[in-house]
Amino acid sequence: MTELSDRILSGRPRGPRSPRFPWWGLLVVPLGAILFQVYVPLWVQFLAYLELPLLVTVYLALLRPSPVGGMFTGAAIGLLQDSLSHQPLGIFGIVKTLVGYFAASVGMRFEVDHAVVRFVLGFFFFVFHQLFYWVLARALLGEQVTFQVQQTFFVGLLNAAVAVPLFHVLDKLKERP
Amino acid sequence: MGRYRNLTVLLLVIFAQLLLLAYQVKTSQDVRLVRVWAVTAVTPLARFIEGVRLGTTNLLEQYVLLRHQGEENRRLKGELGRLKMESQRLRSELETADRLRVLSEFQPRTPSRTLAARVIGTGTGASSKVVFVDRGSSSGVMKGMAVVTPDGIVGKIIAAYPTASQVLLVTDPSFAAGVISQKHRVHGTLKGRGYGACLVDYIQNEQLVESGEWFYTSGDDGVFPKGLPVGTVTSSRPGDTFKQIYVTPTGPQRGLEEVLVVLEPVHQPIPNGQPAATGIYVLPPPRPEPAEAGLAAGGVEAQRAPGTDADRLREQYKAIGAAQGHTYGAGAPGAKPPDFNYRPSPPAAPPANAAGAAPKP
Repeated sequence: MTELSDRILSGRPRGPRSPRFPWWGLLVVPLGAILFQVYVPLWVQFLAYLELPLLVTVYLALLRPSPVGGMFTGAAIGLLQDSLSHQPLGIFGIVKTLVGYFAASVGMRFEVDHAVVRFVLGFFFFVFHQLFYWVLARALLGEQVTFQVQQTFFVGLLNAAVAVPLFHVLDKLKERP
Repeated sequence: MGRYRNLTVLLLVIFAQLLLLAYQVKTSQDVRLVRVWAVTAVTPLARFIEGVRLGTTNLLEQYVLLRHQGEENRRLKGELGRLKMESQRLRSELETADRLRVLSEFQPRTPSRTLAARVIGTGTGASSKVVFVDRGSSSGVMKGMAVVTPDGIVGKIIAAYPTASQVLLVTDPSFAAGVISQKHRVHGTLKGRGYGACLVDYIQNEQLVESGEWFYTSGDDGVFPKGLPVGTVTSSRPGDTFKQIYVTPTGPQRGLEEVLVVLEPVHQPIPNGQPAATGIYVLPPPRPEPAEAGLAAGGVEAQRAPGTDADRLREQYKAIGAAQGHTYGAGAPGAKPPDFNYRPSPPAAPPANAAGAAPKP
């Protein structure tokens, strides 16, 4: 096996001396991501394609020591996103609950600090998020939304490309105990 | 065991959210408290950021202006830069003032009572066609009110919070409004599609709707008063059951920064002509110059005067042929052509007072 695969499969080193994400970051970062999505596309429309709340959900869930923690993080961010949308509360909530759960599960088993892994995770969870959102919107709300495969693919790549530097910046917020 | 515990919690959380969804869908009621909290938390921040952005822009502009003034040795360059920036700023201010002027001119002209509002944010989700405006229930805005610009309808209020309101744009797939065509008075339902043009549904294939025709609000939906412009037909073709008519909405075409919320709607008749252009001034056709007017004194003859160079050349050859008694196309091959260098004398101008003029003795 290569050094990279060894590193990925070795799992994340956790312990009392490993750096921790500050408690205030758990509030400020998701709120900032939501605010970004609400405000910035007004001026730069292209940035509406960035799903920052999703990327933040993935990042925070990867840090959680258990899937339940990641799940609640996703649910909270999703419900906040729902409350600013025109849809009934719960659609983004359910999707991001699942994203948080699975991201936390991945984070427990693999070393996720590597840029390549983060890129792949960013892409995978974006596609998962959009696909599940589409399923729920059609099945539960009866909305005639279309799933655009090509657009989802390219926007997924864009989000994954943003995820790598974003996660790196968020890493800087971690505090050593 | 731990895995089952996690899965159980996951299923419970999803089930709880499904129940929440089912409750909202079944009762058509919103969980308003949660939304009020979220909007009240986020919109002041959006306002604050907007204020900071404007303040920073102004500060930077002033800083650069002052710096340019202070650099005496680079005065000319500085002056040029300052003027450029000034011009840019004035242009931007002019555009803003223009938009506001259009709004303020439109407000008294429309019989409905309206309230100006500024767009301060968009809804969450990449496909969202929702915006937030800075007027809420404290300003008298209520759910279901129409939102327009002088160019046409923009959307409707779907939630009014104390400090802000949420507007569903015409392009959202869940948007619908009653519309009527201008020319043939055909009723239909305007539906958003998530992007670009909107669909006008429920119009029978037999009914006539032409491309380029205007659609107006019909007032049937209880949201938009009758007579507001909606957009023009870009495509109209027969469908399986109903016609497939696509309309480009004119309301959001110039961007959405300032809008009007219709507080007290009043129905208006559908205008016969094109809706008044609010921001574009069209010049009247130019008046004829004096020289042209003199030549045109002949009235009908002047209207028939040749327009292009080719027309003038044709007239010239015709006159040359007539002066030399030559009929074009009549001579045999090799026959002598007319002298094209011949200049026929111009026709004598009629005397100014022919009737009263008497020959001198």
